[in-house]
Amino acid sequence: MIHARGLTKTYKLKKTTVDAVRGVDLDVEPGQLVAFLGPNGAGKSTCLRMLTGLLPPTSGTARVAGHDITTEQTAVRSRIGYIGQKNGAGETFRIGDELVTQGRCHGMPRREAKARAEELLTVVGLDGLFARKPSTLSGGQRRRLDIALGLMNRPPLLFLDEPSTGLDPASRADIWSHILQLRADHGMTLFLTTHYLDEADAMAERVIVIDQGRIIADGTARQLKSDLAGDRLTVTLHDAADIPRAAELAGGLPGAADITSDGPRLTLRVAAADRALPEYVRVLDAAGLKLDTAESSRPTLDDVFLALTGRTIREEDA
Amino acid sequence: MAFFRDTATIFSREFAPVWRDPLSLAFSMAQPLLFLYLFGPLLAEGTATPGPAWQWFVPGILIMMCLSGPLMSGYFLLIDLIGGSMERLLVTPVSRTALLIGRTLKEFVVLLAQAVLIIGLAIPLGLELHAPGVLTGLTLLVVFGIGLGALSFVLAMISAPGGELFYGITQIVMFPLLLLSGVLLPIENGPGWLQTAASINPVTYIVEAERALFTGGFMETPVLYGALAALVTAALGLYLGRRRMAQGL
Repeated sequence: MIHARGLTKTYKLKKTTVDAVRGVDLDVEPGQLVAFLGPNGAGKSTCLRMLTGLLPPTSGTARVAGHDITTEQTAVRSRIGYIGQKNGAGETFRIGDELVTQGRCHGMPRREAKARAEELLTVVGLDGLFARKPSTLSGGQRRRLDIALGLMNRPPLLFLDEPSTGLDPASRADIWSHILQLRADHGMTLFLTTHYLDEADAMAERVIVIDQGRIIADGTARQLKSDLAGDRLTVTLHDAADIPRAAELAGGLPGAADITSDGPRLTLRVAAADRALPEYVRVLDAAGLKLDTAESSRPTLDDVFLALTGRTIREEDA
Repeated sequence: MAFFRDTATIFSREFAPVWRDPLSLAFSMAQPLLFLYLFGPLLAEGTATPGPAWQWFVPGILIMMCLSGPLMSGYFLLIDLIGGSMERLLVTPVSRTALLIGRTLKEFVVLLAQAVLIIGLAIPLGLELHAPGVLTGLTLLVVFGIGLGALSFVLAMISAPGGELFYGITQIVMFPLLLLSGVLLPIENGPGWLQTAASINPVTYIVEAERALFTGGFMETPVLYGALAALVTAALGLYLGRRRMAQGL
């Protein structure tokens, strides 16, 4: 559905050159739900804007929905839906008129566009609001209207640029339930950018991590976490003087790495915490070291980003 | 065929708010109406204008409307660019040229409606209607308006997402263009430097052409220069607009 090779975007800002996207190779198969994850300024939106024809690439090629993004732009745009970061509906227009315009821009006859607009307003829970103006809607309702606009042409591929940014947790959950329901109903391919780690983790079946314009990781969230970050064990010893001995024993655990201590607390990374934790507790007990607490935690995608770049996404966004 | 359908789609989108709220059209005409009723009689009673006062002043009002309407039309595009709806439309198969032409046509219809209304209101005040000249004058006005509108769209696209450049340039450019074209008072009465400045202002030539046409003159040099200025403005605006659209947002 998406095949990109060496996709590059370079900007000239005053006298400096900014490499926003540097040689991105990408393959997305039909039906996948892919999250493009990275901090602000990583290049994810620029990449998406090139794939949707909003920005011409400086170099590289890409085929989207079977067509070339530079030589067959109209064909690409007729087969995709796009939900941008900002509000898709204009402030001075009526909701229904914007949907009909969207349909007309996709070549639908007016009557068909109107019927599709009314159908979609019902699907996204905005039925009866055809004649209202977008400015009268809440943030969550506006995002649902954007989804309806993106779906007017029944696209097999839907791009979503930060679909839930700026929404409260309830509205985010609501938007996601709509997106996932639509995918279940129509089996479309979804390609979204996000810097919300929890969203990418919970919703996407494939996560592509981008940083400084380059793809640095690609896989399922589970794969990335186990391959790149590993599980984390944290134990608190009763006596801080036992830390050196506990660290030495931790080194013998399978896949142990990044052993650090802070007072009586010792933290390390292991391949599989469910097996390593009971074993470590037994080893410490056999060595006569007394424990106050022992816990394990699954890594987050932020841990993956940290392992890859030495920085966290949250630090980058701050 | 698809191009005409796309243009019609964009035109109907842009025109719908005006159609649904015609009062907004009346509000936008407040300034020219004030000039017509409160400033026009001052000229009509005096001898300040070369030639019949209403034939001289009404074309000036029309140019004033053209500058404040189409030149500011990029403001609505800027709102769409900042808001995100323009981006949404650009990811549809709609022709990018149609996106520009459809918007410009809306300005054309609004300007034409306002111009016809002003002319209609000026007739009882003393404007003599030389129909062929007035119709040609309106055509010239519309060609010039299309060019100004397209240039305004280009400025809006360059100014996005902040918009400061748009507000700054339109305010800096609009009033000198207006005052130096002699729409309100004859430039001929001004000092030499002002007349020199007016001679490099393209709007001056449009105003002079409109005045010649409104007095029934056709085959006159000002008409030729004015038509040339309007055509160059339209061609330049549409060329730059199309090029900017192709560069992406």
